[in-house]
Amino acid sequence: MDINLPALFGQLLIGLINGSFYALLSLGLAVIFGMLNIINFAHGAQYMMGAFAAYFLLQFAGLNYWWALIVAPVLVGGVGILIERAFLQWLYKLDHLYGLLLTFGLALVIQGLFRHQYGSSGLPYQIPPQLTGVRDLGFTFLPNYRAWVVVFSLAVCLGTWFMIEKTRLGAYLRAATENPTLVRAFGINVPRMITLTYGFGVGLAALAGVMAAPIYAVNPTMGADIIIVVFAVVVIGGMGSIMGAIVTGFGLGIVEGLTKYFFPEASNTVIFVIMVIVLVTRPAGLFGRAA
Amino acid sequence: MLDRTSGPLLEIKDLHAWYGESHILHGATFNVQAGEVVTLLGRNGAGKTTTMKSIMGIVGKRTGSIKFEGRELINLSSDAIARSGIAFCPEERGIFASLDVEENLMLPPQVRPGGLTREQIFELFPNLRERLKSQGTKLSGGEQQMLAIGRILRTGARLLLLDEPTEGLAPVIIQQIGSTIRKLKEQGFTILLVEQNFRFASTVADRYYIMEHGKIVEQFANSELNEKLETLHEYLGV
Repeated sequence: MDINLPALFGQLLIGLINGSFYALLSLGLAVIFGMLNIINFAHGAQYMMGAFAAYFLLQFAGLNYWWALIVAPVLVGGVGILIERAFLQWLYKLDHLYGLLLTFGLALVIQGLFRHQYGSSGLPYQIPPQLTGVRDLGFTFLPNYRAWVVVFSLAVCLGTWFMIEKTRLGAYLRAATENPTLVRAFGINVPRMITLTYGFGVGLAALAGVMAAPIYAVNPTMGADIIIVVFAVVVIGGMGSIMGAIVTGFGLGIVEGLTKYFFPEASNTVIFVIMVIVLVTRPAGLFGRAA
Repeated sequence: MLDRTSGPLLEIKDLHAWYGESHILHGATFNVQAGEVVTLLGRNGAGKTTTMKSIMGIVGKRTGSIKFEGRELINLSSDAIARSGIAFCPEERGIFASLDVEENLMLPPQVRPGGLTREQIFELFPNLRERLKSQGTKLSGGEQQMLAIGRILRTGARLLLLDEPTEGLAPVIIQQIGSTIRKLKEQGFTILLVEQNFRFASTVADRYYIMEHGKIVEQFANSELNEKLETLHEYLGV
């Protein structure tokens, strides 16, 4: 078999970029599931809201991409906090299914509202001028913006991992995941921590949305398109596993890219085939702990 | 050295508690003076652990009065109760598997000045210093109990609630826990202890309350112990 190296590297690059979004989104889902026990099906809609927030900030407030990277996650994370206080806080003692159904309903409502207002053809969002252009790596061409997406999302993922695994705040989060009653009896305001964790997870989704806006355009269905794949990534990595979400997100993006080159017919299904194999052989996921 | 105040540090009146539909405490009334070690005795199911959890606000529903330093706690959340200066060491120890020993030790935040430093905790429990990077739940039962007690000493809490600290431990470790409780008392800590092990309790306690069916049915001081042996036999079978 002849290997066309530029085409192979091109697909690998696309896989790595997709993997960046998978990792960021599945990381947010893992953080939320670990702390709240909620399978946040609204995550795709919140990712889409991040992209729209970037668009609105540019159109109505004149705030460019760099501002949007900060402001959009805060705004959408704030909406997440309102959702947690208004709806999710009543579900923690119920089965996972209730949280999944509620957030699924919320996702449909949010997506429907945006589609009603803005249609489904998509709105343009320009790459920031500092990141336009392409770099010739010799074996392939690397658009600067896409390199930025990979590097920045990797930095955000590792920063989040460090925060959760290596800091005092992260120790509170991990302990509260195991035994929230006892952590609260130590004087830590666990309900507030849960609310802020949801806001943080939603903020990560919005951050991914801002980064996706210049690549995929701003579209009400952009979240619905990606969320099913992201859920497969989370299942493969192991529900609630932070490092699992990061490694599996990037890894499966690359696998998808390689499949596009070697066996394009399977590129849309390869992640789901892997999910089935993992569920059969290792139900807790590659990095998850068995219940 | 912690401050001592006159009057009861903890005053509990007509405390009722429920788990769902089950009414567990039926009007428990007792108090703990500053600087004392007070032990709640009673058979399994008498309501001792529920009393501890009610003080900490981690039972389903409770009524009555729980005053700490004169301040009513009955309507406060458990985190606010902890921040008022009460620390709880649960029966099952509550060591977190996802945290190493150091993280477990440093987990409870300081709620008041005056807690022990890490070095002071290591002086009480030298084993912990050598196991700092081990996973918390990989420690032996005795070491886990030391960790569970050690971590609440950092907080600056004046009142320690220790629920069955000797359960399942070897005699040599029980002696060490007893000696630690006596040292803590010397340092001014007030301790409310739940114990099944009466022999152990008699080496550390100043006073005893006996619980039955969710109520206090008897109380006596350690100095009255010999006169109360028959009562103890009646209620506890010891």
